[in-house]
Parts: sequence; C-alpha cells; structure tokens
Amino acid sequence: MSGSRYDAIVVGGGHNGLVCAAYLARAGRKVLVLERRPVLGGAALSEEVFPGFKFSVFSYVVSLLRPEIIRDLDLPRHGLQILPLESTLTPLDNGDYLASWADPDETRRELYRHSPRDAEAASQFGRLMLHMAMAAKPILGLVPPDPASLAPSDLRGLYRLGQHFHSLGSENFHAFCKLMTMSSADYLDEWYEFDPLKATKSASGIIGTFLGPRSPGTAYVLLHHYMGEIDGAFRAWGFQKGGTGGVSAAIASAARGFGAELRINAAVERVVTRGGQATGVVLDNGEEIAASTVVSALDPRRTFTQLLDPDELPGDLVAGVRRYKFRGSSAKVNLALAGLPEFTCLPGRGPHLRGAISISPSVEYLERAYDDAKYGEFSRAPYMDIVIPSMIDPDMAPPGKHVMSIFVQYAPYHVNGGWTDARREALGDSVIKTLARYAPNIESLILHRQVLTPADIERIVGLSEGNIFQGELALQQLFFLRPVPAWAKYRTPIRGYWQCGAGTHPGGGVMGASGRLAAHAILGARQH
Amino acid sequence: MKYDAIAIGAGTNGLVAATLLAKAGRQVLLVEQSDAIGGTARLLEFAPGFRAAPLGMDPGWLPPSVARAVGLKGVAARHAAAPLTLAVQPREFLTLWSDVGLAAEAIGRHSPKDAEAWPAFASKMDTLAGFLERVYRRPPLDLDSRSPRELLSAAGLALAFRGLGRAYMTALLRTLPMPVQDLLDDWFECEPLKAALAPAGVQHLRQGPRSAGTAFVLLHHLVGAPPGAMRRSGRWSNEPGGVVAALEQAARQSGVAIRTAAKVRRIQVNDDAVTGVVLESGEEIAAPVVLSSADPARTLLGMVDPVWLNPEFLRAVGNIKFRGCTAVVAYALDRLIDLPGLNNAAEVLAGTVTLTRTREALERAYDDAKYGRVSERPHVEITVPTLATPSDAPDGKHVLLARMQYAPYHLRDGTEWDTGQREALADSVTKAVAEISPAFADRVRHRAVFAPTDFEHQFGLTEGAAYQGELMLDQILFMRPLPGWSRYRMPVDGLYLCGSGTHPGGGVTGAPGHNAAREILRDFKRRRLRRARWENP
Amino acid sequence: MLKTTPFHPRTSPLVRAQTWRRWAGYQAASAYDPLPDREYAAIRNAAALIDISPLYKYVVTGPDAVRLLDRMVTRDLTKCAVGQVVYTPWCDTNGKVIDDGTISRLDETTLRITSAEPNLRWLSMNAVGLNVAIADVSERTAALSLQGPLSWAILKQVSTVDLSSLGYFRLLQTSVRNIPVTVSRTGYTGDLGYEIWAGADLALPLWDALIDAGTPFGITPCGIWAMDVARIEAGLIMLDVDYFSAHHAITEERKSSPFEINLGWAVSLDKGPFNGRRALRAEAAREPAWGFVGIEVAWDSLEPLYRARALPVDLPHVPWRTSAPIYRNGRQVGFATTGCWSPLLKQYIALTHLRAPHFAPGTPVSIEVTVEHERKHADATVRRLPFFDPERKRA
Repeated sequence: MSGSRYDAIVVGGGHNGLVCAAYLARAGRKVLVLERRPVLGGAALSEEVFPGFKFSVFSYVVSLLRPEIIRDLDLPRHGLQILPLESTLTPLDNGDYLASWADPDETRRELYRHSPRDAEAASQFGRLMLHMAMAAKPILGLVPPDPASLAPSDLRGLYRLGQHFHSLGSENFHAFCKLMTMSSADYLDEWYEFDPLKATKSASGIIGTFLGPRSPGTAYVLLHHYMGEIDGAFRAWGFQKGGTGGVSAAIASAARGFGAELRINAAVERVVTRGGQATGVVLDNGEEIAASTVVSALDPRRTFTQLLDPDELPGDLVAGVRRYKFRGSSAKVNLALAGLPEFTCLPGRGPHLRGAISISPSVEYLERAYDDAKYGEFSRAPYMDIVIPSMIDPDMAPPGKHVMSIFVQYAPYHVNGGWTDARREALGDSVIKTLARYAPNIESLILHRQVLTPADIERIVGLSEGNIFQGELALQQLFFLRPVPAWAKYRTPIRGYWQCGAGTHPGGGVMGASGRLAAHAILGARQH
Repeated sequence: MKYDAIAIGAGTNGLVAATLLAKAGRQVLLVEQSDAIGGTARLLEFAPGFRAAPLGMDPGWLPPSVARAVGLKGVAARHAAAPLTLAVQPREFLTLWSDVGLAAEAIGRHSPKDAEAWPAFASKMDTLAGFLERVYRRPPLDLDSRSPRELLSAAGLALAFRGLGRAYMTALLRTLPMPVQDLLDDWFECEPLKAALAPAGVQHLRQGPRSAGTAFVLLHHLVGAPPGAMRRSGRWSNEPGGVVAALEQAARQSGVAIRTAAKVRRIQVNDDAVTGVVLESGEEIAAPVVLSSADPARTLLGMVDPVWLNPEFLRAVGNIKFRGCTAVVAYALDRLIDLPGLNNAAEVLAGTVTLTRTREALERAYDDAKYGRVSERPHVEITVPTLATPSDAPDGKHVLLARMQYAPYHLRDGTEWDTGQREALADSVTKAVAEISPAFADRVRHRAVFAPTDFEHQFGLTEGAAYQGELMLDQILFMRPLPGWSRYRMPVDGLYLCGSGTHPGGGVTGAPGHNAAREILRDFKRRRLRRARWENP
Repeated sequence: MLKTTPFHPRTSPLVRAQTWRRWAGYQAASAYDPLPDREYAAIRNAAALIDISPLYKYVVTGPDAVRLLDRMVTRDLTKCAVGQVVYTPWCDTNGKVIDDGTISRLDETTLRITSAEPNLRWLSMNAVGLNVAIADVSERTAALSLQGPLSWAILKQVSTVDLSSLGYFRLLQTSVRNIPVTVSRTGYTGDLGYEIWAGADLALPLWDALIDAGTPFGITPCGIWAMDVARIEAGLIMLDVDYFSAHHAITEERKSSPFEINLGWAVSLDKGPFNGRRALRAEAAREPAWGFVGIEVAWDSLEPLYRARALPVDLPHVPWRTSAPIYRNGRQVGFATTGCWSPLLKQYIALTHLRAPHFAPGTPVSIEVTVEHERKHADATVRRLPFFDPERKRA
C-alpha cells in the first residue's frame, strides 16, 4: 500500500511510540505506527498467559505516566483506569514486618512501632521529597539544553534552568544536588535509623538499574515514588484495570481517535535515507513505506545501529551509542495461584495483600543481591517487588484464584554462561525459594509459572539487553547526556529521523514523557 | 600578646593559611596539638633511624600560585619518571612512564589498540585535570550569590569551560559522575592497563571502581601531576625537610607565632562570635578569628559548644562521610627489595607500584569493606620514598610504604582495631608484596602498622579519613564540607575551616588553606569598611 | 484502626452520637453529647474532664537537661524552678515556630516536655554534644485535664497532698486514691484547672476515682469541641489550626514567628543561645509584619445579611477551623483561622492573623461569611486576646 503517503512513521508501538504518534496525529499529521509484534504496547502489555489468568507481563504498575498526557489525550475516556495500590509490606527476617498504609496516621503508628524517630522523620522527609519532586518536575517536561552548545536556544534553555534552580532557594537546591549525586542508602541514612525502612525505600532507587543501594547516583530515583503525588492526577502508585496493557490500549485508542494508523506484525527492517534525509522505512517483507518524518521509539542501539547503517552517522555518535550502557538487571516471574499466599509475619487475607510486598529486609540484603550480579550471577536471594493484581482487579484471574506478579532483581543480562532454559528455571526456583521463607505456602499454590529473564525481555519486547528503561538511568546517561551528548534533543544527524523512546530524556518508567517531548520537537521543527 | 587570628593545626594547610594572614599584616598564632609541625606530612620515626610520613605516599600538589603567595623558595616537586607500575603477575610489570611514548610502548605489549589510544587518553585526562586545577585555585562558586564579584568569577569559569571546546566540555560533564570502571572501558580493552589506572579513582574512598564519581576522583589525583603521569609520585626538591620545613620557615619569617604541644580544648564563643580558644592546659587565648585546619567534625562537634550551632547544621556535620578505609604499613628494610622480572626496580619503586591485577579484585576488596570487614585480599600499593630521600633511613637502608585498602574504620559486630587485627592486616600486606618480591620478608627489619584508628589518634583525623571527608560527588566543590558552607566561613562569626575537609580537598597541598585565607582577609577588610561607615554615618 | 487512649474503655460508651475525630493518630471524642453545649458549660461552671492523652510527652534527664531545653525553646528555662511549669514555643534557626507546649521541671535534672506533634527527633538533634537522656513517654503516660471552677474542690477530695498551695503553673506529686500522679495547675481552657499525669496502666482507676469524687460537683466528660470553644475564648493557639509547624509548612509563607502568633511575650532575647535567636532579634528590631488577635463580629451587621434572605441568623454549632478572609476598606488584610459563638460572652468571635497595622485593638474590619450560598462581609472589631480571663484561673 504505497498509494497514501504519510507525514510521519513511528517505528515501535510501545507507549512512547504511541504517545508520540497521538500527539503528531492530534496536530493534524498523517501518522503510521509500525509494530513488529502482533500486539501494541511494547513492555506495557497485558496477556492471558495461562487460560483464565491475565498478567501485566512486564511492566506491572503505573505511577509516572505524565498527567499532561492523560489530559491532552483524554486517556480516561479511552480506557485508562488506575486502581489504587496503596500499601507496602516488607516481611522481616525476625518474623515481624514493616508496613506502610494508605492512611498517614496508620503508617506513622506502624513506623513508630519500629522507631519513633523515623516516624517523625518520615513527615519531614516527605516534605523534602515533595520539594524535590517540584524541583524535578519542570525538568521532566524540558527538552534538555546542551551546555556545550552556543546556540541561542541552548543558552536560553540553560538560563531558564539556572533560573529554575535559583528559584528553588539554596536549601532545596543543595538538597537536590545531594539527591542527584548520593547513594540511596547514604541519603536515607541521613534521615532514618530503622534498617528495613531504609532498605524498602532504597529499593525504589535500584529498580531497573545495575546498581546497588550503596552505589552513588541511586538516590534521585527515590523521587519516583513522590512524583505522582504532586501532580494530583492519581495516587502515587497504581494498577491499570485489566493490566498495564490497558494503558497502551488507551493511548492507542486515543491515537486512532486522532486519525493515526496503527499496524501490527509490521517489523521495520531499516530506515530509508537519501542524501542525509529520511524518506521512509522498509519492512522485513520488503514493503517500502514513504514518509518525510520517521520516528524511532526503539532504544538507541536499535535506533542508530540497527535501523540505520552506522556509516551514515558521525563517528562520535556511533561511539557514544556503542558505549551507552544497557545492562538489563531485572527479571519478572508471573505466577498463577490456586489461592492466596499466607505471610508468616501477617497471616490472613488482610489489606496487605492488596498492596505491594517488598522483599527487602535490609540494606545489606539488597547490596548482597547486587554483589552477586556484579560478578555475573543472578541474586541467590533477590530483591522482589510483588503485587497480586487479582486482589485489586478480580477480573485478572478465575474466581478464587489469583495472579501474582514478581519483579526480580538482580538478574544480569550478561549472566555467566549466558541465559539457558536451565538457568531461567534456576532463577525461578531461587525466587520461589526466597519468597517461601516469608510465605511458606506459596509453593503449594502455584498452578503455572512464567519466568522472564532480561534475555527474554530483549527477545520478546526488543529492549536491548533487557533494560526496562532503554538504557541505564546512570548519571552519565541522563538529561543532556541521554542517550549521547549533543544528540539528546530527539533529533538525529539524519534530517527527518527522530528518536522518541525511553532512551532519550527523561527516560523510562511508563512516563510517556519522551514520546511527548519528541512530538513537540518534531512539530516545532516542522513549523520553521 | 594580642592576636588577630588563631590557626589550629600546623599541617600544610594551617601553615599556608597562617602565613598568608601574617603576610597581610595580621598577628597570627598557630597552635599545634602534637610536638612537631607538619600534620600528616610530618615524618615519623617508626623504627630507629627510619622515618616516613605514612599518609605521604602521594606528595600532593602545591599549586604554584600558593607557593608564590606564601613565598616558598627553591621548593619544587621532583616527579618520578615511572610514576605508576602495575605488577601484572609475578615477574611481569606494566610501567606507565610519564613519557607517553614509553608508556604506549609498554602498553603495546598487552594491547596495540590501547597503546594507540594512550596518547589521546593521557592528553585528555591532562586537559580535564587542568580544568579542575583552575577550579581548585579559588573558593568554590557561590551559586546563590548574585554579587558582581561572584558573577564575574562565574563568568570567568564559564569562559574557561567554553575554552575547553565542545568535545572536552561534554567529556568533562560526562566524566565527573562516571564510574572509573566505565571510563576505562570507554577507552581501553586490556585489563592490566585498566587495573593499573583504576585504584587512583578509589584512593581513600570507601567505594569500588564501579561506583559513580570515581572517575572524578581519578581526575582529582591527576591535578598537578606532570603531563602523561597517571599518579603524582615523587618528592620535594629541597630535602631534607621537604615542603613542611619550607612552609615552617616561611611562616616564621612572616611573623607567625607557632606553639606546639598546644591542644585546643574549646573554641570560645560569645554572642554568636568567636572570642578565642582555651587550651587543654586551661590557658585562654583571645582572638576575634579562629581558623581550624582540623576536620569539620573535630572542629565543629569537638571544639565548639554545640549550643552555638543550630541542630540542622549539627546534623549535617554529623552526616559528613569520613569513612577512613586506608591503612599503611611502613617497613624498615635493610636493603632495597628487588622485583624479579625487572632490572630497574629502583626506578619503578621510586614511583608507585600497584599490586591489584584486575578491577574486579579491587571491587571485591571493596565488597568486604561494605560489610565492615577488612579486605580479605586487599588492594596494596607500595613505594620506597628513601630512593629520593636517602637520609630518611640509615645508610644503604630503605623505607617501604605499603598503602592498603580497604580497612574500614568501623569494623563489623564491634570488632576493634586491636593489635591482633592490625598484625593480621600487616601480614596480609606482607604476603601481597612477597608475591612480587619473594625475598621481601627477609629484608624487613621492622614494620609499623597504621590503621584508621591510628590516623585518628596521631593526626586527629575523624575516623582516620586521610582527606578529612570522602571526595564523593556530594562532598566536593560547593558541597564541601557542606552545601551552603563551602566558603570556609562557619555559622559562628569569626570561625573558619581551612583544612582538606574544605574545597578543594585532600592531596592538594595548601590549596584549602590558601583559599580560606583569602576569604578571611576579605572579611577583615569588609568589617573595617563597616566599622568606618558606623563611625561616619 | 486508629489508636485509642488508655481511657477508651471508659470514654467510648459515652460518645452518644459517635462523634469521633482524629487527634495525633488517636481516636478522640469531639463531644460525648450530640452537641457540646453542656460540656462547655461544665468548663465554665462546674468541672470538665478531658482526655488529653494524645499529647506527646518526653522526659529529659541528665546534667545538661536544662541546657538542652533552654537552647531549644524561646523562654529562659534557667529561671524555671523545680516544681514550676513553663509554657513556651520553640523555633527553627530562622525563628519560625515548630511547636508549642509546656515544660515541667520535675527535679533539678529531670524535665518533662509536652507537645502537639512528635518532637523526639528534634530533641535528639538538639542534644548533640550534650549529656542528656531523652525518653518518649507519650504512650506510657495517661493524661487528663480537669478544668472548671469546681476542679479544685474535686481534686481536694481525692488528693493525699494538700493542693491549696499549688500555684498557677506549678506542679506537685500526689496520689489520687492510691494512684500516684503528677498534678499541674495548667490547662487549655483559660479557666481554673489541673492536668493530671499518671502511668497508662492506672488510667482506668484514675478515671473512675475522679468521676466518683466529681459527680457531686457535676463533673462532666468533655470533648474537643467544648475545649475548643474555651480555648478560643482564652485566645490560646493551636498547631495546624492557627499556625503551621516550621517543620511541616510547605512554603516559607506558611511559617510564623512567635511574634506573629501573639507569643512575643514568650521570647527571651537576652538569654543564652537558642534556636532562632539571631532571626528573632532581627525581627524584634523591626515592626512585626503580622499580628495575631481576636475579632468580635457585630451581630447588628450579621442580622441584616440573613434577614435579606428572610432567615434568622444561623451560626455554626461547633467551632469552625476553616480559614476566612478578613477585609478592611474592601482590601484583604488577613484571615481568621478559627471561630465560634461564645456562649459566655454572647459574641461571635474568631482568632485572626492580620497584617500590620490592622491588628491594633479597636480596628474596624470585616469578615467573609456565607449566607445562603452567597459570600458577604460582616463588620467586626479587633480585640486584644484573651477574650475571657477569669480571676480564678491564677488565684
């Protein structure tokens, strides 16, 4: 079908690609999204993996989806429905537990039980994080200015950034600098004394990274938990009705509503260029589709070295992409359960089963889990973030039965000996064995088990090295350095070829921000 | 005698600061708790006739501007030709000569590709370190201030930054927060080369090479190193006495009164302003300005009545990460050791020889420290300072200094740094050295172990932290020692810090003292202005 | 579940309309009766028994106990004698109020501090370098407030120690029917009254003893609403209602100095170093930007507003705690934080923050009131606090 010509082709129907397409279509562009797989959504995917049991196969909670995207695309009308996931339970090794509940008084009282000082620190820490989130928020919505550039737009951007930081006041600015540079363990040490609390909080700083809680540069990810709150769009942490695929479906529906065309089973082989200008794409079946704008939602490695011939690109860009770190470190275990797990520390079907369950009994536990990964092994006792979506959304499993989603870290992509079926199952066994220490009945409940290693994530979703953020959120890969210096503004050296994946600022976490900012950049460029 | 200022601690920074104040016409008293001058640069006689500065393996960098300001004459660093050598395995060494060509040739035996990359790497590091050097010569930028002076100085720095050119600007911003591991992976393929370079990134830091910010620490240790050299290695030219003797002479000549064996018990404060100090002897000495080259915790938590400091500030000081994790073993040798496989052992040993063959081994050594244990297989690097200063050992004999990481100050489960613990550490260091020099143990006449607790006791360094606070990303530049308090002034009027706990930190001889003195002199001037205005409304 | 106080088994059957509220994470009775009128009357007429256990309580001991609290609070504690109680705010470095409460000097080296919010961490931060031990006795201590003109008569019946010498803001150790208690002559009603402190395990017998002894004197369990009316009349401030803690205020604007909340009298600028001294000295040298005062709303102004809609005047039956704008000559000059109908003064009163110079007593202002869905202004007059200050309180 080469009869109709498109203004823009978006390669990759993950949430960023869909967001970008929706914004472009909303601006009146004729947009085509090409998705290699038979379903849209990338890693934001729901699937009935076992008959009657539906899973958010990869990404399993929603927290960071930008509220302006929800508003601009009117996503609730298209099926976005976030159900609250309000508590966190951390079973401890001494048989006790640490919980945080939806109600601040209850949480304070629970903390008080472990440490009165921490209960008191928590409210002040929360205020600080609120300020930090307010400091970070404009940056998430900003095309990163290049500090090494003398272009007026960059200087203007830098000046605005400077103004923004100045407006924070010195106290908050300093706190922000510390947050950006410290390890989550050190940052939390300045506030708290109860180790399992520090562990559970710092766990949010290591998700998706190849870093431990004591690694500098992990503190700022603590913000993620607070980012949602200031926007007031919905609770900080939530679960999409029907699974995370519903988020993608809602964005897809919005994009379609604006007139975008979405094609599945359409794998792009390469981007066609002529004289340094993108002119379209070629599919793996040889079909060629023309468009003056091509946007890649794929990760930087695929965007620059797979869809294009690296020879078409400047050497330093290719070198930059080659040294860009992916290092996927997370795995996912999805379980179909005959009933509910019974946690020794808090027996019964309590409200704790409607929230997250964090296997993070101590900072040292997390750090040791990281040590294993540093040397190429999956963690013998991994950090796990567990939710039972069927407790929140009963449609996910047959009545009385349940689905459990276990996010597992660390499972390094570059595991010693490579990922094999046996090693995958060994990882699954180690996850279940670790969980059984806290919920002994788990083994007897398992009807089906799905284990997804970083290699599986790469194979199925196409994320290089299975990194869920399309590249590590390390300090040298953030903001104007993401994915590579000088090419952090969604542009590429090929005219008409753009990037809009999480490998660009501000990065991963089902935010959609990259897709939105890219769309604005593209639309802005076209006006000139 | 009435003093305008009392300086606490006669280390290099205290000496520099006191001298600069005196040169500006101030009456300065310098008090030192021990009975000798020099702080960590002071030589200790650890065995009859054998002298060494256990924390003086890195001679440090004395910014030429500081030397000029203080009026040091005839003092210059004499750099080793072979600043850094890795013992790749027994009988095999990789020497990174200052001479880039020679170094590339040595690297070429491991990887021709890396040899090719070497000159570019050396030059890039030199340029980046050169920019840091510029940043280090003045107080950190005050990002809150909008005074013309600050803006001008910010503009100057911005211009210098622009002057680096696009590639270097980006490289600088990208490199500072990186793990040294990744930085080296960007450039090189052969592990011995990377293993040789990585330890400078974790020197005196309780972090491993995979930790963010260790690339900065590497650069920090290249500031002041001659082009091509990957370590500052060598001695001062005016031996004996080195830079300490020269600084002492300069101080006395400019009229600084120096009192040793005078330990400060308390810094006196009245109505939010310093009024002087009280010595352990009970003697009170009055002065409107007190500057301390002791570390921030010792000064602020140890010498000032806490009621004068606000709780948030006290908490912040208490949160400064010191985390001493370096131990040193000083060996008295009856003659120089030989390094089988090398015919120029003396040349190599005049620089630093590092014994950790892979970055993974370095990382694993760190892992132990994370959990409060001494590294089972520690990172060890050695040097023989007496090759440059033979007078520090009896004729024909030598001192070998072995610095090891990681020896955490806080040991797990309440284990103490007792004799057994220290001897075990020394044994493991001896064993590591013996791997490259089998006859080593037989040459040792005596050895002295310095654990972090010893540094704390001998030099007053909190937690034995050589740099008075780790050089982590959140504790450098305008965040050193604390964000908002990086301009040497403390919340009590007239109280200043001037030690390596302040910008630009440790290993940069005299620069904190120099920068602090400048700020103090500005305040003297400003206050006079203000007084004049009151008098003539 | 919210926490319950040690008196809960006694108080919970008495809450007839299930009018509960939260207080510091505890379940507390707004009123026992459906409306608080009778309870309020007991405060001013007989004796009211109020469960104040949710207050935070800390005991500080050690050679530096006085130094610790003195460097923390704005009043001069070196002048606080054993057996004395001092009411004081405490500030951050910038002189903004964190909390307020009472400090009781139990002996030379032991002091108890009460607060509206948790302060253990703040106390610990202030204690760096000082030789003290800090114990959080909040949950171990049960506290009752016995307030009203007949409170002395009741307590006299049951106390083994003679209370007649117990002066205003003084305390003593005694027993109530063999239950060891500390009694302080303090309260939050601006009336004659006592606060009684005992171990939490003795709470129920203590309650029973007081009810038993007090019944002939009309003792009445009393909830927060009635206490609120009394404290508004007495002009006593409340954290999170009349001001925000400097530790929790999101913006600088929301913070208050002691001078701005009518606590300037409690700031001793000449004592030794304490948190916020520099800032407060500087502020004291300026004219304060804000004042905290009372207003009386003119009935004659309210009535026409209601009559215009053919309604009688309808005021809230319980104290309100939502901010209401205050105007002068059509320009907003401040806001009221809480207000109520004063049954005793027969006035509609409110506590207000007013910008300088509008807080001088007698200044005519107006307050926004909503009458039949429409926003109106009613005339009011600035009054010095407290509105009500009976002799018997300190006699």
